[in-house]
Amino acid sequence: MCTYLTEKVSISGSGKGPSGWFKVTDASVYFDHPVHAQAEHTLNIDFLDPAAGPSARVAVELTAESALALVKAIQATLDSAPPGLVT
Amino acid sequence: MYDAMLAETVTIAGHNGDEIEAYSARPLRPGPVGGVVVIHHLPGYDRQTAEFTRALAAGGYNAAMPNLYHREAPGASPDDAMAAARAKGAIPIPDERIVGEVAGAAAYLRGLTNANGKIGVIGHCSGGRQAFLAAVSLPLDAAVDCYGGFVVGTPPEGHPLHGVPPLIDRVADLACPLLGLFGQDDVAPSPAQVAELAGALEANGKTYEFHSYEGAGHAFMQVDRPSYRPEAAVEAWQRIWAFFGRYLLSS
Repeated sequence: MCTYLTEKVSISGSGKGPSGWFKVTDASVYFDHPVHAQAEHTLNIDFLDPAAGPSARVAVELTAESALALVKAIQATLDSAPPGLVT
Repeated sequence: MYDAMLAETVTIAGHNGDEIEAYSARPLRPGPVGGVVVIHHLPGYDRQTAEFTRALAAGGYNAAMPNLYHREAPGASPDDAMAAARAKGAIPIPDERIVGEVAGAAAYLRGLTNANGKIGVIGHCSGGRQAFLAAVSLPLDAAVDCYGGFVVGTPPEGHPLHGVPPLIDRVADLACPLLGLFGQDDVAPSPAQVAELAGALEANGKTYEFHSYEGAGHAFMQVDRPSYRPEAAVEAWQRIWAFFGRYLLSS
């Protein structure tokens, strides 16, 4: 099924696309049909700079299991950073 | 048999007469031939749906697929356009706009010199819902709903389609025969929802035929997805050819 669901979040950082590095200002997170991954539904993240147009995008499509593992890894990495670095 | 066809991106007048992109595939023979509007799924105006459109042209129909995300990202690649539409909060596309884009594609097909004036619509996944939407909104000659979700039932609170009246409530407005192709393992639409829709069609005296395939789930006709079920898909295509042949070939 097409879930239609999309979570949007403002972010700050950079991503690397086919034309090189660019700043990213927005991310879309959604669990829906992938374009490329061989699964029926995947957790998809688009890192975007809408001001630079639709092609300013770094996209990933992850199985639900992979996405949950990534969430844990991100959390563990931030938790293990030396005190004072994560603000 | 002369089998040349032309497939190309064209500009059509969509909702409100605005210019949008569409993918057109048509047999290069004098006709008369029927026309089919193809409605893409949520991932967009992609290669797979373009193949679907060309398959209809190879089968003898003028076919056109409006790019439902063209307005959000003109000129972008299909997947970037889908992402842009999501980022702009444009998904789901409002029903009124979808109907307008389909009407524009139908008008484009009716205007082709080899057209017989008959127009069908077909869509898969969310496009299946939109095919049903078009069939209760526009004067068409045939409609095919390939496993469209949210025709029956109310999406939960917080869902983008929550608050949109269920399409099944408009079944009385269906003005053309409907072919439904479903997988028995699907959850949207579930077998119970398919049965509910069939009951509503029956109660309203509509012409329809539904086929639900064992061992098939959602998107069983998508050839490059793990959901592909060749046996069900091949039979479903046979049903499509027979259905369009019955309702779109006579002039």
